[in-house]
Amino acid sequence: MADGGSTDGKGIGARVLRKEDNRHLAGRGNFTGDIRRPGQKDLAFVRSPVAHARIVSITKPAGFEGAVFIAEDAVGMRNMRAPSKLPGYKGADYPALAIGKVRFVGEPVAVCVADTRAAAEDLAQATVVEYEELPPVVDMVSAVAPGAPLIHEDWDDNVALQTFSDADFSSIAARATVVVSREYRMARQAMNPMEGKAVFAEWDDRTDQLMMWTSTQVPHLIRNGLAQFLGLDQRQVRVIAPDVGGGFGYKVILQPEELVAGWLARHLKLPIRWVEDRREHLVTGANCREHYYKVTVHATPEGKILGLDCDVIVDGGAYSVYPFTNGLEGAMAHGNLPGPYKLEIYRCRTRTVVSNKPPLLPYRGVARPGVCFAMEMTIDALARQIGKEPSAVRAMNMVEEAEMPFMSIAKKHFDSGNYAKSVDMAAEMIGLADVRKRQQQPLPDGRLLGVGMGSYVEQTAHGTSVFASWGVAMVPGYEQATVRLTPDGGLELRIGVQSHGQGMETSMAQMAHEVLGIDPDKVMVTHGDTGLTPYSTGTYASRSMVMAGGATVRACKVLAQRMEIIGAHLLQCDRAEVKVREGKVVSGKGEVSFAEIGRVWYLNPDELPEDVDQGGVEVTMGYRPEPDSGAFTYATHACTVAVDPDIGEVEVLDYVIVEDCGTMVNPMIVEGQTFGGATQGIGTALLEESGFDATGQPTASTFADYMMPGATDAPHYRIDHIVSPSPFTEYGIKGMGEGGTIPTPAAIGNAINDALKAIGAEVGQTPFTPRRVREAIVKAKGAAA
Amino acid sequence: MKPAKFDHQRVSTLDEALQALGSADGEARILGGGQSLGPMMNLRLAQPDLLIDLSRVSGLDRIESIGRTLRIGARVTHARIEDGEVPGTTGTYMQTVASGISYRSVRNRGTIGGSVAHADPSADWPTAILALGGELVIAGPNGERQTQIDGFQTGPFTTGLGFDEILVAIEVPQLDENCRFGYYKVNRKPGEFADAIGAVVIGAAPRAVCGATESAPFRVPGIEHKLAAGATSVSVAEARDILAGMEPGFDDYELQIHAVALSRAIGRAFA
Repeated sequence: MADGGSTDGKGIGARVLRKEDNRHLAGRGNFTGDIRRPGQKDLAFVRSPVAHARIVSITKPAGFEGAVFIAEDAVGMRNMRAPSKLPGYKGADYPALAIGKVRFVGEPVAVCVADTRAAAEDLAQATVVEYEELPPVVDMVSAVAPGAPLIHEDWDDNVALQTFSDADFSSIAARATVVVSREYRMARQAMNPMEGKAVFAEWDDRTDQLMMWTSTQVPHLIRNGLAQFLGLDQRQVRVIAPDVGGGFGYKVILQPEELVAGWLARHLKLPIRWVEDRREHLVTGANCREHYYKVTVHATPEGKILGLDCDVIVDGGAYSVYPFTNGLEGAMAHGNLPGPYKLEIYRCRTRTVVSNKPPLLPYRGVARPGVCFAMEMTIDALARQIGKEPSAVRAMNMVEEAEMPFMSIAKKHFDSGNYAKSVDMAAEMIGLADVRKRQQQPLPDGRLLGVGMGSYVEQTAHGTSVFASWGVAMVPGYEQATVRLTPDGGLELRIGVQSHGQGMETSMAQMAHEVLGIDPDKVMVTHGDTGLTPYSTGTYASRSMVMAGGATVRACKVLAQRMEIIGAHLLQCDRAEVKVREGKVVSGKGEVSFAEIGRVWYLNPDELPEDVDQGGVEVTMGYRPEPDSGAFTYATHACTVAVDPDIGEVEVLDYVIVEDCGTMVNPMIVEGQTFGGATQGIGTALLEESGFDATGQPTASTFADYMMPGATDAPHYRIDHIVSPSPFTEYGIKGMGEGGTIPTPAAIGNAINDALKAIGAEVGQTPFTPRRVREAIVKAKGAAA
Repeated sequence: MKPAKFDHQRVSTLDEALQALGSADGEARILGGGQSLGPMMNLRLAQPDLLIDLSRVSGLDRIESIGRTLRIGARVTHARIEDGEVPGTTGTYMQTVASGISYRSVRNRGTIGGSVAHADPSADWPTAILALGGELVIAGPNGERQTQIDGFQTGPFTTGLGFDEILVAIEVPQLDENCRFGYYKVNRKPGEFADAIGAVVIGAAPRAVCGATESAPFRVPGIEHKLAAGATSVSVAEARDILAGMEPGFDDYELQIHAVALSRAIGRAFA
């Protein structure tokens, strides 16, 4: 009887303003960097200035030997180890402080402790490390070449993980007479949440606990890692994520600095703070993306794709990160490359290589921006070759609505949706027919107009079976939520995921409201604290709304039943006659408020009925969708661009999005997340690049050299929705936090290549800098001449 | 990162500043608006022992017309120029330049003198004032001297300013009303440092400058001759040929965007 407790439009589907914005817009958030304790110390790390070297000696500054720590000082601190059961996986243990060798510029070698960050940096500057340089491996393609220097000397090559699925193309050879092959590179970049990583660690003798406030998406996983690598009992570690200013995947990883801060807090019994600066972030911390693709499609002359053949290399950097490993990107690339398309044959090899660069971390979209880029660019190349409209080629190859649920060639279990409709709607919104007319002559300023699209399907909220098959150190199980009625009729909701910009304090309250009808303002959402919330693997993989939202619904439904028992008693009627509605228990005879029920349970238990549930008005329930293979969100983005052929500059003129994340809990948040994601996608497409020179030195170590998209780079997005509820999740919700970033590089790249079609030039490497675009034009003109 | 330890001396007269500069123990740097030096110190790329802060020295923030010459104090901010405090046609030209420098909060603090003395090859003012021509007023232990803007910057972050000298003003000509000018910057994003700049000021003796090079901005006589002969446009191909002939050490893309910047600057002058 609990369903439909909401009747006043604040539940699922309502554009409720975000509760958390009250404090953030007033500048009253409380981030890790805001924490102050008497006697606190700041850290600065001595970092490797070279990409690959043996450490010959480390000399601490005279008189400050007790304030500088190297690996051998940190007794009890273990290397971070990220297991995986994927066949052939070679884990590269990650020492938090380098042992004997350094493998990337910026790798922590020693840590300095002082009263201020500036004083700690003085110590770092005065610490002398002697290195014996070794030849570095900087490029992922040369990393697998014979004779490449070995990053890990006990390995026989630089391949950390290889996946391979073979196929016989002879069955389609007669029909697939069109073969289109292309190579692509997606650049390494850095994630750049507004708040970088920050850690505050303190040993509490009263509770015998390491208290760790940290800017993380996954407090429970950080607790697992700290306990394991510091040799502590789990009860001795409490991790709290206060306000977190964005994560994007950077903060799902246990960072070496986090481990070192924890060790120091315990060893020194002093409050220890480390706040990452932007240079550390760009150079060492948040490296991501960096894939190479060779894609070949085998198609009929009409554009029906029968076979796909792909070779992928992922530059995983020097070490495997805990707990997601460095194999995640390659494995996900393998499983996601075919996208929303129906194929007969799929052959794929992925190799994740180690290199003398910082470890590669999962960034919003994880592998899918790369695979979508490679696949969608190839679809347009095919369309150009056979002289067909790319949107038509896209639509004719997609899995159809009537076929759902559908097992894809890469064994993805698509749940629902009308993929081709998103293509048609996006084509309509961008004015494809009109663009084709306008393209018949150059723009008045001499620039070239192009239109492009990108479509994707995204597995979200995938659960136990998927992660267990990878055998990594974090396998999500039944997600739990705890709800507790307060004595005055409010609700406390505790979830183990973490909200760092997604607005979950609002959307989770909307879920509770949907079941109980309680005003979202009366719902206190507690998250990001291992001491207060049920265990959860945290916020990643666009899972929180499906998983924690689903658990919230389950817990609220049980709580409603328990309140109905008390309410029926107070109303002197039969249990079957009451139901929870609008924050009350109502019957034909009258109603009692939640406040009344709270009063009775907590303050006047003498008034409770005999058959009351002795579990009371606090409920923890678990939830997992069945099957747990994921809810599949999809979208098509389309844009127009103007390319200045003289200097290679690209301007995004118009940008439209048609997405389907099933039932939307808060469409305002869905749209905000999507626009933010697409803007990050514009960064990937046009601006962001963590370059390295031949010696492995990073070439973009500040925002002077690392270009971020800003207000002037974000177009006025136009968005429309298709709503195909997932048959497998509570209320049909699908995850959507990451999707906005996925197809943007593809859509913009395709638009550029469309603009350059007459010249015969193509781009295939992100970011599409003016130099790269111009060089593609020069090359095509040279080839033509 | 945080800067290494340094002393900070806020002086109230130019003499005091010169004295502090001359007698400093270790490396002393002049602090203007601090918009370049500040970040460099934060990254510990610059580790001066002493900062001599000019913010309280009176007279350095004046903008004066002396006949047909404009004297712009070294401490005049980009924002004041953007807001039109420099009069006349020269003022309009400088307004165009100032409004494209970084973003407003940087312009509120950054100064023209700081930019010229710092001599970042990608910055706007070294290129923009070379296109105007004129002189720089420099104070030193032996009094003031004037030097031509032409030839002042000799390389990246390198000028003719002595270690014991302070740039106090920039003197540029007031352009005639009918004088044309054009300024075109190729950069990755609005407000970013330039990858290429073309600047032309077309008066009785036209000046054309190629800026945002790896080194100092330089004048392009081949283009100046064309403009003096009455050309109202210079194609990209022509500009490429002329620049290539000067052997500026550009690769093909750099040559292209510098040629485009000059060609488009001329286009703007005659728009």
